[in-house]
Amino acid sequence: MKLKQISIFLENKKGRLKKAIHVLSQSKINIRALSIADTSEFGILRLIVPEVEKARAILEKNQFVVKVNDVIAVEVPDKPGGLDSILDILHQADINVEYIYAFVEKKTDNAIVVIRTENIEEGLKTLKKANANVLSSEEVYNL
Amino acid sequence: MIWNKEAECMSREDKESLQLERLKEIVSTAYKKVPYYQERFKKAGIRPEDIQSLGDLEKLPFTTKTDLRDAYPFGMFAVPEEDILEVHTSSGTTGKPTVSGYTKKDLEIWGEVMARALNMALAEKSDRIQNCYGYGLFTGGLGVHYGSQQLGATVIPISAGNTQRQVEILQDFKTSVITCTPSYALYLGEVLEKQGVDIKDLNLKSGVFGAEMWTEEMRDEIEKRLGLLALNIYGLTEIIGPGVAQECPEKNGLHIFEDHFYPEIINPKTREILGEGEKGELVLTTLTREGMPIIRFRTKDITALRYDKCSCGRTLVRMDRITGRTDDMLKIRGVIVFPSQIERALLKIEGLDPHYQIIVTRPHHLDELEVQVEASPILFSDEVKHVEEVKKMIEKRINSEIGLRVNVTLVEPESLPRSEGKAVRVIDKRNFD
Ligand SMILES: [Zn+2]
Repeated sequence: MKLKQISIFLENKKGRLKKAIHVLSQSKINIRALSIADTSEFGILRLIVPEVEKARAILEKNQFVVKVNDVIAVEVPDKPGGLDSILDILHQADINVEYIYAFVEKKTDNAIVVIRTENIEEGLKTLKKANANVLSSEEVYNL
Repeated sequence: MIWNKEAECMSREDKESLQLERLKEIVSTAYKKVPYYQERFKKAGIRPEDIQSLGDLEKLPFTTKTDLRDAYPFGMFAVPEEDILEVHTSSGTTGKPTVSGYTKKDLEIWGEVMARALNMALAEKSDRIQNCYGYGLFTGGLGVHYGSQQLGATVIPISAGNTQRQVEILQDFKTSVITCTPSYALYLGEVLEKQGVDIKDLNLKSGVFGAEMWTEEMRDEIEKRLGLLALNIYGLTEIIGPGVAQECPEKNGLHIFEDHFYPEIINPKTREILGEGEKGELVLTTLTREGMPIIRFRTKDITALRYDKCSCGRTLVRMDRITGRTDDMLKIRGVIVFPSQIERALLKIEGLDPHYQIIVTRPHHLDELEVQVEASPILFSDEVKHVEEVKKMIEKRINSEIGLRVNVTLVEPESLPRSEGKAVRVIDKRNFD
């Protein structure tokens, strides 16, 4: 199951991250997971939220540049080498991982990570074939 | 559509004799009535009688913006103050503004050349002209206003700003001709698009855009966004205001109303007069102005003159679109760069709005050029590497246009100044001492 992620362009300027988070919180949008990619000149804030379209509309209304794309949410066994085993599946299949980040909340005792592979379809197929626990949008939003 | 066929289609021979007659008169008036000119002419050893041909104009000294500023407020007037009906000012970046005074006849001439300009841009008696140039000391608003009145069209004197109201009027009044700065036209197009207004529901046929520099690419964009014919107007407060020259629908240069304004092109460094088609600084002399004759005013605008016949039927000389200003001209690492070149490069990139700012610095005794560009959804991605590729692509495009390496910075949308007057495009932070 693919999961929708929303990415926001952040200029390297004081208060922009806060502003983005603030407009979402004002509209009662619950952030399930987030990561920030930071360069010397700009940042990209990536979020997993239950109401993607609503979040997009609010952000655009507040002059943010926004992009919605697909990522994969996978459960990672909460034991040493848990994440390694997931990454190994992709590595064996020669699938490039662009970035990865963790969820704030946990489902049962296991951690959940968001993975962006270069090719999402292939990444998803490979993980499923190797019996990794790929979560559906519903499962993610109901955490 | 030609408003004044006699003046606009006159043979070169007739025109030159008219110009000479008027030149002799204005030079003599300037000498007699304005101490500034008398002093300058004497210093140069010239008497008004020495002007016996148009070529003799070359003997007269130039007038600069500084000269006009030194005469602030009314030192350049050639008539008693009571004969001045109206004043306008032109702001400079430094110091006092320059003042322009108009007699009754001057205002009539202004209306006449503006009527010619509007008519050249397809406006007729039956049109509704939405005039979004600012009314006030700035000449844009009232210049178009007087022209519309001589033309007999309906002028909507909405002035600049209040975009929501502009959009409403465009729709409700079925405006057919719009006048504003090109950057405001682009912005208006953006707003219309955002609000889901279909341009087919508007009634716009043409627009008269000026008061700032723009490019052919900007024209394409404005025509697409507003669904009209976008034409270029030129003028400056020191000479009269808008209405010195206007582009016809052939789009091959702006016809100068040379029965009132006499143009020359000079090399801005050596001050020698350049020939037809050669690029240089435009110098203008008013031939009929009563209140404030201006002899050989250095406009700082860079253009070239073309005398070949235009297919529209007018015999008026044409000037190229202004490609730069002698003082806008940036010299970066010894290379001459005009902001318009950067704009041209940006407009060629799909999905990029032509809002930009140029920042020049000299961090280690070497000029650095930064171009800030607004990010847009088409350019953006969730991946850093992709956004950096976009940035590099823009840098490469600008580089191939200007021949210099630049650093492009993506900024958030609507964070760069949108100007309703002249756009602020360049910030030069270099210290030249
Ligand atoms: Zn023409």
